[in-house]
This record gives sequence, structure tokens and C-alpha cells, in this order.
Amino acid sequence: MPFREHTLSNGLEIVAECHDQAYSTALGFFVRTGARDETPEIAGVSHFLEHMVFKGTPTRSAEDVNRELDEIGSHSNAFTSEEHTVYYATVLPEYQEPAQRLLSDILRPSLRDDDFETEKQVILEEILKYEDQPPFGAHEKCMSAYFAAHPLGHSILGTAASITGLTPAAMRAYFQHRYCPANIALVAAGRVDFEHLVAVARECCGHWPAVPASRPTPRLQPQYPFQVITKESATQQYVVQIASGPSALDSDRYANRILATILGDDSGSRMFWELVDTGKAECASMGAYEFDDAGINMTFLSCAPEEAQQNLEKLREIQEQAVARGVTEQELQLAKSKIASHLVLKSERPGNRLFAVGGEWIQRRDYQTVKESLQGYLAVTLDDLHRVLERHPPTTTATLTIGPLEHLQPPHAAS
Amino acid sequence: MSEPQRTHVYDNGLVLLAEPMPWLESAAWAIFLPAGCCCDPPSRLGLSSLTTEMVQRGCGPRDSRQFLEALERLGVEHNSSVTAAHSSFSGATVAENLCDALALYADLVRRPHLPAEQLEDARQVCLQEVRAAEDDVAHKVMQELRRRHYPDPWGRPSQGELAPLERVVLKDVQTHVATTYVPRGTILAVAGNFPWERLRDTVGQLFGDWPAAAPPEVQETSALNGYQHLTFDSSQTQIGVAFASVPYRHPDYFQARGAVGVLSDGMSSRLFTEVREKRGLCYSVYASCHSLRDRGSVQCYAGTSTQRAQETLNVLVDQLHQLAQGIQQAELDRLNARIKSNLIMQQESSGSRCLALAVDWYHLGRVRTLQELGQIIDQLSCESINAYLARNPTPTFTIVTLGAEQLEVPRAVS
Repeated sequence: MPFREHTLSNGLEIVAECHDQAYSTALGFFVRTGARDETPEIAGVSHFLEHMVFKGTPTRSAEDVNRELDEIGSHSNAFTSEEHTVYYATVLPEYQEPAQRLLSDILRPSLRDDDFETEKQVILEEILKYEDQPPFGAHEKCMSAYFAAHPLGHSILGTAASITGLTPAAMRAYFQHRYCPANIALVAAGRVDFEHLVAVARECCGHWPAVPASRPTPRLQPQYPFQVITKESATQQYVVQIASGPSALDSDRYANRILATILGDDSGSRMFWELVDTGKAECASMGAYEFDDAGINMTFLSCAPEEAQQNLEKLREIQEQAVARGVTEQELQLAKSKIASHLVLKSERPGNRLFAVGGEWIQRRDYQTVKESLQGYLAVTLDDLHRVLERHPPTTTATLTIGPLEHLQPPHAAS
Repeated sequence: MSEPQRTHVYDNGLVLLAEPMPWLESAAWAIFLPAGCCCDPPSRLGLSSLTTEMVQRGCGPRDSRQFLEALERLGVEHNSSVTAAHSSFSGATVAENLCDALALYADLVRRPHLPAEQLEDARQVCLQEVRAAEDDVAHKVMQELRRRHYPDPWGRPSQGELAPLERVVLKDVQTHVATTYVPRGTILAVAGNFPWERLRDTVGQLFGDWPAAAPPEVQETSALNGYQHLTFDSSQTQIGVAFASVPYRHPDYFQARGAVGVLSDGMSSRLFTEVREKRGLCYSVYASCHSLRDRGSVQCYAGTSTQRAQETLNVLVDQLHQLAQGIQQAELDRLNARIKSNLIMQQESSGSRCLALAVDWYHLGRVRTLQELGQIIDQLSCESINAYLARNPTPTFTIVTLGAEQLEVPRAVS
């Protein structure tokens, strides 16, 4: 599967993993902007803008955009994270060009005032929805607690107040500043006609003005508070813990993901056997997340309120045991088998490869075949895991819990 | 397009369905057992769910931990679920591990240990699920909608209820396995990269001597229908609306599916356009076809803030009425483009193909090829869908809302 890349004169990068036998073509614009690039006055603008991008351009109404995306039978959507905003469509190969033209056009949205006001209502509804849905914003609240003043702690949705106060002018200014070619990669996977992709990009995106893009990376001073938020109407108690982990540029990220699999995979991990298999918790898992200048391991626990304290102690015990005694060769081998198979299964669809190729490019300006990614995991040794445990002890966490409980104590450290 | 499908019925009644996909590196399987929650005695609601937990706690020569480690060594991504009609176990892995993985599943359905000392843990897992479902209000409103719309046992929530789960004893689980984990009525569907003859022979060796027994008969009551409001302290109101439709096996199914597609498939669909895009009433709104073997329904959902809930329900119901007036050619063209692309992209996933095989067999007693499905879609026309809508005028709705305030129900609700 050849990898191809090209950069337009305005700085827009085009990368593709081309697979001639694939049934579909996946395309996406990966924009290097997200909640961390916002100031408090415009909190939530990245995500709101993601919605507004579908609201039309000088030549297309919102209805045109939606209709045309459906006319080419696309599976399309968009999402916003702390660091990225991604617009994507998976289509049959014969629709590569119309899909590319449409996505390119909407990346220069009109941001009309009346659409802005209507969509503001949808965003406010979305905020209400997440407030009402387990785990009731616990992830964002714990991110905010851990990252404190660092911009990775910013909320993706923003607040009802920040969204209500947001103006079209502020959104336009943010757009001009962040959606510049230097911040955008056009990514493709599957059956891709690369020459044509570049030619159409030149025509559709070549005139986008090149303005310099930067992202401040202030020093992170993580905080480790223990917070209890009471929500009487909840049935279960929800706990989120954040500990430090390797960043996107740290070669320890493979070892750390294996460690997260051993300690907190959904099935077969230490947390699974201790807490889920025994029915003490509905869910207990740990996942690794990597950003430009920081990384985290996030643990999630949900259980009956009366068992929350005991489960927190058990979590603490699992974390302490990992730090004190490490993990075993057998656990390492099992985690490798799981990850290897998962990678192969996930890579079969171009729609999934798009995110692997695009994510790798926008975070590290690198490309890896599935085999190379696999090699990154297979090369990990027990020593690597133990080094990661030492550098990023899972015992040091910011903890936030939401549920019916009014009080919950930080777990005791082992004597 | 795809390779020919294969079917084999073993002497004990077990059905093997297979679709070779030699261009993939994976293989996926699904075992549908006639052990759905429709078989749960009313005093033991949740028994089938608890049983799926118990059979995974040791089987054949392995205890619980050894079983899971064996799956992990083979790189199996696995899942289990319970619907009204079935308990199912599905999985996928790299193709060369398929037969070894199926051997583990033969142990699971035929030789589970059902260890007494694990019953309490398994029960706790199920109780956690019931409590978690309470917090998921969007899920809850649709669960209550199905319970109200279908006669029992077809609308039951598969996870059961707290008190009946507390009553389950080991003997119940043993009886459930003995009567419903049986080859007659069981479908094993496999898709991916494998040679057919080897698969058929392996499955024959693993399951061929599974003693035949017939699954139990199901008794049903009558449906409640009408409107029900569940008071819940929240700034949002969850809305569920259902109406009767044709099941998957009905000759008109794809006419009904086409009409619902116009309503809800894609970003230019009517509900997304009218409820979200034009009015900004909510973030999430949809309608979907749901099919049991002998009856079907259309189930719609919208979640919105309390002060906009009445308008949302009105617009939703109005759109359902307007659908009866017919659809436009351009709407059908867009829908066809989406369906065609879905069908072709199914060939990229062994997991989605094997589930489609099993579902086809359950509803039709045979499997449709992707080509056959493509022909059915090509034959859909505005005239045929509009004729269907004319034959099935404005339906009677079952409505459930969950939130701070009860809503006023628009016309045509029983």
C-alpha cells in the first residue's frame, strides 16, 4: 500500500495511503485546532465552528451541503477534540472527486448570522444532553482539574454562558486565525487516485491564504485534587482519575498503551478481574491519551454508590501493586496478542485507516504502515513497562466523582 | 461482488451459514441461540442475561480465567448480547485462528461449568447493568417505549429487573441452558477468509454430536400502547414514539424501510432537516425500523430541553403524518445512493456480514446475497413506496416521554 504525500505552495499538506483493491475511499480534512486553542471568552468555539462548517458557503446553502453529502452516498461526519477538528467522508471510489470538492468548499464556510443563531440552540441542547447523560461531564471536569491552567484542560463544548455570549464576529476571527493551510492536512485512505486528489486540491484549496500558525505549549503543572460532585438523581456513582502518561512524541507511548491494556482493558485486565468480573463495578477501565506536549492515563469507574469507597480502595491497590511489583511476561504477551489482532481487524476498513493515517500525520508528521505500528508494540519489553511505571506512576491521580454520594474519601495509601 | 454463500444444516438442527471473503485477513462469527429473554419466566426476568454471564465463567477444560486468556491468545475480539429472541456470542480475529476460536465457543455453549461459587458475582454484574440503564435516560425512554408498544415478552428489556434477578438460583440457570442452549434454532454464521469445506467439517466435529432438543414455546400477552409519561428531574425531556410496521420477512418490508430512510437516513433526511436544522430543537433525533420475526415497528427518538419538548413532539408527529402523503424522487435517489454504498462497504467487514447472514436466516430461513439486496433496492420506486404508504395510512402511535413535565399528545394516539 504505497504512501504518497504532496504539499501545496500555500503549505497545505496532502497525504494518502493508497490501496487499489479497496472497496471505498475515505477522505478527511484534519485541522490542527481544538479546545486548547481557545481563550475563556470563546470557550467552545472550535466545536461550534465544526457545526457551522456544515451550514453552507457562498455557493451552497446548509440544505445543499447535507443533500449533496447524501447524494454521493457518503458516510460523513466531523468531530472536535482538545487539539484537532476533523471533517471526513467515506464514499465509493467513483465519488472521490465530488466528495473532495464538497469537503473543500465547506472548509471555507460563510458563517451567516441567522444560521449561527439557529445552530447556537443545537449546541445549547447538546450541552444539556451531556449534562444529563452518564457520566455527567465527569471526564471534562477531571481534565480541567488535572490540567488546571494548562489549555488542555479546556472544555470542548464550552459552557451555556460562553456559547450564549459567542458572536459570529468572534467565530470568524478564530476561523481566519486557525483554519490556515499550515494547520490543515488533507488525508485519504483506501482506493485513492492520488494525482487527481492533488490536482483537485490545487484547484479548490490552492488559493487559501497562507497565514502563520502556532500553538503555545505552556509548561504543564498537573494538579491532583480529589473532588466530589453530588448529583442526587443519578443511580450509579461515577469516578474519573487522571494520571500522567507519555506525550504523542514520546517513544514510550507504545509501552504505556500496553500497560493500560494490562491494567485496565475492558476485558481480561487487572481492573476487569478485580472489579468487573466480580460484579463490584459496572465498568472499570483505563485508557491512554496522547497530546502534543502531554499525555494522560484516564481511569473510569462506575458502580453502585455504596460500593464506591471500597472500589476506590481496590483501584488504589491495583495501582500500587503495579508500581511496587510491576507486571509479568505473560501479561505482556497477552496484551501484545490482543493489540496485534485489534490493529489488523481495525485496519480492514479505509474508513478506519483514515483516522490512523491522519492522526499519525497531524500529530507527528509521520506515516506508519499497519506492520510498522505493530512492530512498535511487539518491540516493547518488561523493562520498558517498568520504566513507564516509574516515570508515570498510576498512583498519582486527579480524581473526580459524580453521583448520589455527598462524601467519598481519597483512598488510603498502603502502609 | 461477493463470493457465493454456503449453508449447511447438521442432523441435530444446527444451521451453519458462511460467506467466504478471501480478500480480508480476518474472520468473524456469530452464534445465535434460541435463548432470548422471551424465555425468561416473569418471576426471573434477566435470567437469560445472567446465563450469558455464567456460561463464560468456565467451560470445557478451562476455568473462567483460562477461557478468557485462551481467547486473548487467539486475539479474539468478543461480545455477547441478549435480545427478545436470542442470546448471541460473536467474535472476530485474524483468519488463521478461526477454527481454534470456534472450538472455544463449542465449549462455551455445550460444556459450560456454571460454577455455583460464581453465581453471586455474575448476578452482581447483571444488577450493575440494570442500575446503569437507569442513568441512561435516552436508552431508558426507548426501553419503556418497546415495553409499551409490543406485547410481553417481545418488548422486555433484555437486562431484566432487580427483584427478579435477585431470585434466580443456580437451578434456574441450569434449566435455562438445558432447554435453550440447543442446536435446533441455533444459527452459526461465519464470514471472512477461510476455505468452506474445512469450516463445515470443523463445525461438524465441534457441534455435530450436540444432542438435539427443541427450544420452548413462548406465551405472549397483549400490548399496552397509548401514552405514558415518566416524571424525572431533569432540564431535558426524552421522547419516544413508535408505530406498527411490517416485519423484515414481509414482501413490503423494503417499501417501509425506504419510507423510514427518507425520514431519518442521512443529513438531508426529513427529521434531521425539520427538527434539528431548521428549528434547532434538539441535538439528536432519529427513526428506525425494528423487526421481530412476525411483526415490526418504527421507533423514533428525540431528546430536547423541557421548554421545547412540546414543539419537538408536535413537529416529530407532524412529520410522521406528512410521510403518509408520499415521498419525492430526489429523496429516494439519495437514499439509494446511501444504501448502495452501505452494501458495497459491507464487504470490508467480516463482522457486519456475518451478523447480516444470521439475521437473514432467522427472519427468512435463507440468506440474501448482496447482489439480491442490490436488485431489491433497484426495484424500489417512488410509486411503490407511495403505494405502500397509501395502503398503510396514518398509524396509531405509542408514545413515552421522560422528563419534568408531561406533554400534550397530538392527534392519532391510541
